[in-house]
Amino acid sequence: MSLDPATIRRIAKLARLRLTDAEIPRLQGELNAILGYVEQLAAVDVTGVEPLSGGAQMALRLRDDVVTDGAMPERILANAPDRIDNFFAVPKVVE
Amino acid sequence: MSYFLTGKTGPWEIVVGLEVHAQVISRSKLFSGAATEFGAEPNSQVSFVDAGFPGMLPVLNRECVAQAVRTGLGLNAKINLVSRFDRKNYFYADLPQGYQISQFEHPIIGTGAIDIELDSGEIRTIGITRLHLEQDAGKSMHDQHPDKSLIDLNRSGVALMEIVSEPDMRSPEEAGAYLRKLRMILRYLGTCDGNMDEGSMRADVNVSVRKAGEAFRTRCEVKNVNSIRFVMQAIEAEALRQIDVWEAGAIVQQETRLFDPARGETRSMRSKEDAHDYRYFPEPDLLPLVLDQAWIEALRAELPELPDAKRARLIRDYGLTPYESAIFVQEQATADFFETVAQGRDAKQVANWMLGDFFAGLNRTGKTIETSPVSADDLGALLDLMTDATINGKIAKEVLEIMVDTGEKPAAIVESRGLRQVTDTGAIDAAIDQVIAANPDKLGEYQSGKEKLFGFFVGQVMKAMQGKGNPALVNAALKAKIG
Repeated sequence: MSLDPATIRRIAKLARLRLTDAEIPRLQGELNAILGYVEQLAAVDVTGVEPLSGGAQMALRLRDDVVTDGAMPERILANAPDRIDNFFAVPKVVE
Repeated sequence: MSYFLTGKTGPWEIVVGLEVHAQVISRSKLFSGAATEFGAEPNSQVSFVDAGFPGMLPVLNRECVAQAVRTGLGLNAKINLVSRFDRKNYFYADLPQGYQISQFEHPIIGTGAIDIELDSGEIRTIGITRLHLEQDAGKSMHDQHPDKSLIDLNRSGVALMEIVSEPDMRSPEEAGAYLRKLRMILRYLGTCDGNMDEGSMRADVNVSVRKAGEAFRTRCEVKNVNSIRFVMQAIEAEALRQIDVWEAGAIVQQETRLFDPARGETRSMRSKEDAHDYRYFPEPDLLPLVLDQAWIEALRAELPELPDAKRARLIRDYGLTPYESAIFVQEQATADFFETVAQGRDAKQVANWMLGDFFAGLNRTGKTIETSPVSADDLGALLDLMTDATINGKIAKEVLEIMVDTGEKPAAIVESRGLRQVTDTGAIDAAIDQVIAANPDKLGEYQSGKEKLFGFFVGQVMKAMQGKGNPALVNAALKAKIG
């Protein structure tokens, strides 16, 4: 699989990254190299092997339904670039 | 009776499927220990997991899983012993992780079905495609500031069940009946409060139209409709729009639309077009969810009696009509109230009083069965006063009104206001004599054959006795006097 410049732009847009045209060839090369590396796995014959969701053969740990967290708006908002009262404030996003 | 919309080219059938997002009742969130209570101070119920801080890991809430299983059982659905979580990737300001943890390929609940009843009495079975667990997003407010949107993450990470129906509905009425039935089942199960005003139940509506006998045509999805009435309106508006498109010789494009209740029309949600590339992949932070059949059976054993079963039992055990029982089972509390009063009493009489004067009294005072000033025991005691002839039916209605207004006990009302029925034949005779003396002309008419006037005399005697006469005794005494 090889990503063309249009796909790079689309991926960037979905991730809300603003790319200059000059950055695209470099990212295209890097992403294609990563995909090429991972694609080596395609050489393995997995006929009849169930897909694996995790490496550890253990059951998912579950939590009891008790309130153990939260009640710390100052810590939650501490790194916010902008806030109004106890809300995060972001550039207006409206349909 | 089939429902059709008529266009220029004749009748069109509509096809509807619903995706309902139901907020799970739990104390804490799906993957964190933050609280879920509605209406808390902004960002006061947020953990670092819910705020998408780096390095935070989700830990699944067992109760949310149990709630999904209970709901699956209530929807007569297949419980999948192995399910999995996936990431649904999209970018929005109230989704701090940049993805929603959901279940895409392997949902916890598979196919099921529920029965709905239409106004005509017809029963239709609506298929359930699946139910999966997922996180809710935060809440954005766009109207608080001229150029900022405000974000509250309290809802971020709260557990949702997305319940997807088959495209089995053919009219707005069926969609409304489906939503009401689904909400009733969820409320009985205690898995979702079904409160559409607070957003704890929201619907995405898939609508297409077709000519009779055709395969499905392209559908559009109307997002986030927040009342049953609006769902029904949105279906009709969207179906009419599609009919116009087809009849103009154009093609309906699959897209996401919004319903504008003020204008009664749907409009395209253009910004969403790009966002449809969700790039699902298995959630690497969570292992597959594996359920134990014995645990499922334990949950099944604890399920409450559900509406259909309760309704059938009320008809069978109390001799109620399908209509009466349907009203009583709408809320568990109403059915419980009825059964408490009916215990050891005439069930038909209890049903008549509840459906008549009691509900009218609650309506008049803006009360519900939960906030009723009249307890089941009080209503029962009132009926007992009638049964043992302490008061007559007319006075009982008055006493009930006072009970609704003041919350007083019926016996106390009867005593303090002197409403006890008069069975003293001397007093009844005296009242009759007085009425006869005052209406010589009516007596003459009656005795010359106008028998209908007997009712007039009964009424006048009761009136003379302030409504407290024993009706049977009054009738008998009057018969004896005037023949």
